[in-house]
Amino acid sequence: MVERSKVRVVIAKPGLDGHDRGAKVVARALKEAGYEVIYTGIRQTPEQIIETVIQEDAAVLGISILSGAHMVLIPKIIKLLEERGIKPNEDIVIFAGGIIPPDDAEELKKMGVAEVFGPGTPLRTVIEFVDKAVQNLKRFKA
Amino acid sequence: MESLDSLVQSALSGDKKAIARLITLVENDEEKAREIIRRIYPHTGRAYVVGITGPPGSGKSTLLDKLIKLARNEGHKVGVIAIDPTSPFTGGALLGDRLRMQRHSTDPGVFIRSMATRGSLGGLAKATNDAVKVLDAAGYDLIFVETVGVGQIEVDIVKTADTVVLVTVPGLGDEVQAIKAGLMEVADIFAINKADREGVEMVHLELKMALEFEREKWKQIGWEPPIVETTAFTLKGVRPLWEAIKRHRKHMEESGRLRERRAFRAREEVKTIIASTVARKVEERLERGEAGELINEVVERKLDPYSAAQIVMEKLKEDLWR
Repeated sequence: MVERSKVRVVIAKPGLDGHDRGAKVVARALKEAGYEVIYTGIRQTPEQIIETVIQEDAAVLGISILSGAHMVLIPKIIKLLEERGIKPNEDIVIFAGGIIPPDDAEELKKMGVAEVFGPGTPLRTVIEFVDKAVQNLKRFKA
Repeated sequence: MESLDSLVQSALSGDKKAIARLITLVENDEEKAREIIRRIYPHTGRAYVVGITGPPGSGKSTLLDKLIKLARNEGHKVGVIAIDPTSPFTGGALLGDRLRMQRHSTDPGVFIRSMATRGSLGGLAKATNDAVKVLDAAGYDLIFVETVGVGQIEVDIVKTADTVVLVTVPGLGDEVQAIKAGLMEVADIFAINKADREGVEMVHLELKMALEFEREKWKQIGWEPPIVETTAFTLKGVRPLWEAIKRHRKHMEESGRLRERRAFRAREEVKTIIASTVARKVEERLERGEAGELINEVVERKLDPYSAAQIVMEKLKEDLWR
């Protein structure tokens, strides 16, 4: 099992939505679980988010979107990460939360998002998901 | 995983991914830290380090955001290490300093790294020093280290910076007392932030009075810490603060005090490395079965703790000189 306090998690809110309660609650829950969590604040561009991931050397990226723009913003973030040589599920675990319809969630998973959480997800589910997902990252296998 | 050599080469050429990974390694792994620092040390020594400390919520990060802007305008490449506390109960941390500086995150000339205090005093001081060296070697010539200045740990970390800025705010009441008690000596510059609030004259006066006591000392060294009133949000006073930092740097360089302070820093660093290595070896020794027997003897009053320690220390020699 990977030591939680050595896993750095970035919680990001891309785009023009200011509804940050969910992001903050998840950030707080992961902190209480023992993770090191970096919160970006609201209204972030995909470029700002991937720069944060890089400079903070994050192993996990949680993206919170409630604006409906997830099919634009999340693929853009993944594309920018890949351009910098950061591969989803190998170098980083990406998960999303917010109002994301099931069809879109399926599509996002094909692109490399490891999990999509909707409203009402118990915090324990998110923590258990992160615990498990990071085990497969290259950096923790070496 | 890339080899350490190629990672170091990439970091020296400015690759942010490699820089970030090196910081993770020096923070997590003592053996790797030793390897990495040995390789990059010849490339360090160019950066000027500014420590910023003050109570939680005093606006350090917001002030820093504005200072980064001014420093960038003058052509500096800026590194930031922003330290926030680890929860002593869960080991987790919520690092939010970065949030106030996010507009700089896509600037190629800025590197911001959040760091948690984690366990020990020695550990954090070592991780901070090492992270500063990584940024220095990668070409960041001005490095800010931001800590919450409440505990001795944080004070110990900033006091080795080339210039130390202490941020306070009006209306904290006892805060000035706390500053007088431990922080007064380490500050080169005082910033009273949120100076649009009521009570700013009072804080100013109290700081001034506290500084009065040290007047002779200031005279002798040729630097009297300025008190700058700032309102980070509206930028008021931020430029004067930046000018004060530059003035202090000039003073440090011209008076020879920079050399002195860096000698102090180097001494503290060597001391921290020795202390943490010894502490780790002691733990390892005490984990062993034979130590358990000794401890039992102490419990049963067959042996006193000093004699037990003496026996363990004899054995420790082997561990340290291996």
